[in-house]
Amino acid sequence: MSLVKTRGLGVRIGRNRILDHVDFAIERGEIVTIVGPNGSGKSTLLRALIGAVTPSEGEITRAPGLRIGYVPQRLHIDPTLPMTVGRFLSLPRRQPAAEVRAALDAAGLPDLAKRQMADLSGGQFQRVLLARALMEKPDLLILDEATQGLDQPGSAAFYRRIEEVRREMGCAVLMVSHELHVVMSASDRVICLNGHVCCEGQPEHVAQAEEYRALFGSGTQGALALYRHDHDHEHEHDHAGCAGGHDQHGHGHEQEHQYGATR
Amino acid sequence: MIGALMDDFLIRAALAGLGVALAAAPLGCFVVWRRMAYFGDATAHASILGVALALAFGISIFAGALVVALAMALAVSTLSGRGVAMDTLLGVLAHSALAFGLVAVSFLQGVRIDLMGYLFGDILAVGKTDLAVIWGGAILVVGLLAWRWQALLTATLSPDLAQASGIDPRREQLGLTLALAVVVAVAIKVVGVLLIAAMLIIPAAAARPLAGTPERMAAVAIGLAALAALAGVEGSFVLDTPTGPTIVCVAALIFALTSGAAALGRAVARR
Repeated sequence: MSLVKTRGLGVRIGRNRILDHVDFAIERGEIVTIVGPNGSGKSTLLRALIGAVTPSEGEITRAPGLRIGYVPQRLHIDPTLPMTVGRFLSLPRRQPAAEVRAALDAAGLPDLAKRQMADLSGGQFQRVLLARALMEKPDLLILDEATQGLDQPGSAAFYRRIEEVRREMGCAVLMVSHELHVVMSASDRVICLNGHVCCEGQPEHVAQAEEYRALFGSGTQGALALYRHDHDHEHEHDHAGCAGGHDQHGHGHEQEHQYGATR
Repeated sequence: MIGALMDDFLIRAALAGLGVALAAAPLGCFVVWRRMAYFGDATAHASILGVALALAFGISIFAGALVVALAMALAVSTLSGRGVAMDTLLGVLAHSALAFGLVAVSFLQGVRIDLMGYLFGDILAVGKTDLAVIWGGAILVVGLLAWRWQALLTATLSPDLAQASGIDPRREQLGLTLALAVVVAVAIKVVGVLLIAAMLIIPAAAARPLAGTPERMAAVAIGLAALAALAGVEGSFVLDTPTGPTIVCVAALIFALTSGAAALGRAVARR
């Protein structure tokens, strides 16, 4: 059974149709990346999956007892709210001090438990967000452009950590990103989104797809190395998804960037 | 004989102040963290309308204020999710509720009403029943905050983070809204409609420089609010000043002290 599955998912915010007929599923242990231009509904899809956005059409099915670890795009902590790293890791459920220490060690951030969240560097902050999401041993880890604002080595290190986490904990990973080359290399499956699913499949496959090139241009192809990791398990779903379904150039940008409207 | 009587009403006043401090300070932390200061104001100002209605229909002031404060808090809470320009809306609602309340009070004939008592509080006139209502409300609010503490904190940090962990941020917001209405209703007698928001915000703001975690901030805020309440009651008795405003003045002085000390500490650390 899929961890999360959507059928015919549609989301409207105000008069804007953000998502349209999205069929999506993620299985245990899979790494799936969603790519798409700004305003393509990537964040909205993630927020619908965690239940923060109510679908206007279609349905979302979550596996019973599903535990989700969510790493938001950014987290603004109001300066009036004092928050140490150790305390942050104990949200939403209290964790024993030993667990907090172990989590910080695993994240490569020992001795930071007493530090204020506001005093962390960008890279440290992202690692703490990830560590918090992992505290409850999630079945599904969801990351929304988690490396935004990190430099190249910083985000590469962050993605290495995610692969490590997947290996150790066996959780599925669903992420959204602009950084196509880095992300795609680590993914089992890539979904190209622009209001609807344009194409999906293995990373190389998507990179070759016309729909993908229409969105991102073919320039990325030569310049950025695409390599694939060998994982020690097989995936039965080998999507031929890019072949059809949608007309090739239905990528009008009638959708506004959804964040402007919600906050 | 007279001395014993005075002791008695001063003790009642002190207990009433402590009860309000106990509930308002931790709730005030959430008001500050969530930037709901104006929201507190709107709810408090609306309650004067409740006072007028209560007097007109001969029901208890507490019940009237609670019902109207609740209605106001719910209305604002509902509208806030709809993308209306919040500060404008709150400005309109807060002041028009106050104005309608004042006009409504002026229609009441027969009983001569001491309006000042409701606008600025009349803590020295707190009776045993008032005390029971204040402490009952305070314990209810503190109990709610303690019970939902983890969920409230998570939802305050980020509604999405809460949602992903199966916490409904709207439900938590509703809990805070209800708590706010209760605090407003029990605090009218102590600090009055105009200064309730001060008891929510000033102790929390004064505690901020002294705290490294949310729990510590709430605890320090309670301590500072209690100090302000006791010193305010004592001060107003000695100086013969109105008690509610005196309590708020003491709280403001404490705020100036802690934030001044924090600024000084930062300046020293920088050298």
